[in-house]
Amino acid sequence: MKAFGGSVLFLDRSDINTDEIIPAKYLTEITKEDLQPYILEDLKLPGFDPKGEKTKAARVVVSRANFGCGSSREHAPWVFEVNGITAVIAESFARIFRQNMFNCGMAAIELPKEKIDALFAYAGTAETAISLDVETQTLTVRGAGKEETISFDISPFDKALVLAGGWVDYADQKY
Amino acid sequence: MGKTTAEKIFASHLVDEPFTGTKVLRLDVVMCHEITTPIAIADLVARGKDRVFDATKIKAVIDHVTPSKDSKTATQAKMLREWARRHDIKDFFDVGANGVCHALFPEKGFIRPGYTVIMGDSHTCTHGAFGAFAAGVGTTDLEVGILKGVCAFREPKTIRVNLNGTLPKGVYAKDAILYVIGQLGVNGATDRVLEFRGPVVDAMTMESRMTLSNMAIEAGGTSGICMPDMVTVEYLWPFIQNEYSSKEAALAAFSQWRSDDDAQYERVLDFDLSNLEPIVTFGYKPDQVKPATELAGTAVDQVYLGSCTNGRLEDLRVAAEILKGRKIAPTVRGILSPATPKIYQDAMAEGIIDIFMEAGFCVTNPTCGACLGMSNGVLAEGEVCASTTNRNFMGRMGKGGMVHLMSPATSAATAIEGKIADPRKYL
Repeated sequence: MKAFGGSVLFLDRSDINTDEIIPAKYLTEITKEDLQPYILEDLKLPGFDPKGEKTKAARVVVSRANFGCGSSREHAPWVFEVNGITAVIAESFARIFRQNMFNCGMAAIELPKEKIDALFAYAGTAETAISLDVETQTLTVRGAGKEETISFDISPFDKALVLAGGWVDYADQKY
Repeated sequence: MGKTTAEKIFASHLVDEPFTGTKVLRLDVVMCHEITTPIAIADLVARGKDRVFDATKIKAVIDHVTPSKDSKTATQAKMLREWARRHDIKDFFDVGANGVCHALFPEKGFIRPGYTVIMGDSHTCTHGAFGAFAAGVGTTDLEVGILKGVCAFREPKTIRVNLNGTLPKGVYAKDAILYVIGQLGVNGATDRVLEFRGPVVDAMTMESRMTLSNMAIEAGGTSGICMPDMVTVEYLWPFIQNEYSSKEAALAAFSQWRSDDDAQYERVLDFDLSNLEPIVTFGYKPDQVKPATELAGTAVDQVYLGSCTNGRLEDLRVAAEILKGRKIAPTVRGILSPATPKIYQDAMAEGIIDIFMEAGFCVTNPTCGACLGMSNGVLAEGEVCASTTNRNFMGRMGKGGMVHLMSPATSAATAIEGKIADPRKYL
C-alpha cells in the first residue's frame, strides 16, 4: 500500500506549464538532485514564493485545470520529487505530465471542479495537510479543525504503476 | 463499423492490454535528442540495462543546444554520442549533420503512414502529418521505448477537424493551426487525436501538414494526424521507390491507413478558412489569438524564424519573398535558423540566405536553441519576440520575455516594420 501526504502547496491557477515548473535553462542538468533549487522558479502567482517556507514544506500540490501543459520534460515531476512532493491533485492534467508522474511511481490525481474547490477552501488556513491512499482511492484533508475524506478515480494501469514504483521495472519484467 | 487512422494503428501494433483502456503498442521508431535522452541512458546504465531493442529503429540527434555552449551541454552531447556509438545506432546526427529533430527525421525518410513513433519531446506529434501515430513522451517512457520497443497509451478518442474552403493569399498552415487552437483551447484535445481533414489539408504540402500537426500538442492533443495521399507518396518516394512498383502502388498500400468513411469520431468540427486572416498570439497561451491586423503596431525587439514548426524551405521562401530588396527595422534583431543542413544548403542555392542577410538577419546553424530559450537568441527581461515557433509561455524564450507566435510571412513583415504587421501588403 502506497501512501502519500503532508503539507499542501495550493497553486490557484489553470494551465500551469512545465516551463513554469522547471525552466528550460536547467534542462542541462543530468541528475534529478541538481534540479532541486529551481522548483517553480518562473511561476508568477500572487502570494507565491518559490523559495518560501510553504514550498519547502510541501508534500502535495493542489491546483486547477490542465496542470503540467507544454513540454514533455520529465524534469517537471522530478523537481517535485527531489523536493519531497510526490502527489499533485488537480481538475485535469496535460497527458504527458500525468503519465510522467505515474511512470515515476508518483500520483497525479484528477478531481472534479467542485471537489477541487472544496480543497481550496482550506487554502487560507495554516497547516493544511492531505494524506492520500492510492490503494483505497481516498484522500483525507485536514486543516482549521476540520477533516474530510474524498474518494477519487484512478485508472487501473496508473494505479499499478504507482504501486509498482514506476514503469521501467514493470515493463522490463513484462515485455 | 469503420475505424479511424489512430484506431487502425492501435489495432495493428497492439502488444498487450494489461488493463481495460490501456494499450501497450509496438514501436516502429524511437527518436532521441540530447536533452531528454541522457538521463534515460544514465538510468539504464545504473539499472544494468544498457541495451537497445533495435538499433535500426532508434534515431538520434543533437539539436537543442548545438554546438554545445558550455560544459554541461557538452556532457549531454557526449553521453548521447557515446551511447549511439556503443549500440551501433547508425542514424545518429552530430554537429555538421544535425538539424531540428522534427524537420530532420522526416527529411531523412524515417516516417511512414501507419507507424508508431515516440520521442522525449512534446512536438513529436509533427510526424502525424504522414498518417502515423506519433506522440511526445517523458524520459521514462522513452527509456522503456529504447529498452523494449513498446509504449503504453490510453486509446485516444479522435476529434475530426475539417478545414474547408481555400486559404486566402498571405494565409498559411500556421495561421490555420493557430486559429484551430484558438477555437479548441489549450486543453481542448487532451487525450485526443486531432485528425486534420478537408480541402485545405488536401491542398497542403507535407511541410505545411507538418506545421499543422506540430501544434496539436498546443491544444493538448496526443497526435495530429493527416491522411496519407499522393502528396505523402511524392514526399517519401526517394525512400520507398525500391519497395513499390509505382507511386500508385505505394498510394494503394498507404491508403489502408486512411480513416474509413464510416469511422466514428468523438466530435467533428467544421471550419471554413476561406476568409481567414493572418493570426498572431497575444498572451502567454497558444489559444490567445487575434488577427494580425488587430495587433498591428505592437513593437518587437526580436524576430525569430525557425523551429520544428516553421524552419522549413517553404517557410524561408515565403519570408524571403517579403524581405527581398528590403531592410529590417533598425530596432529589431532578426534571427534565421534553417531547420536542417539540407534546408540551409537549398536556401543558399536559391539565394534565400543572401536575401535574409542583406535584409539584416543573423543566420544561425540548424538548432532548437532560441525556441525554448536554451541558446542562440535568448530574450532579456521585458523583451518581445515575434516568432514562428510553437509556444508562447511566459519566459519561454528567456526569463521575463514575451513571445508572439505567427507565420513566417507575418514574421518577415514584422521584421521590416519593427512592429507586428500584416504580411498581405507585401505580397
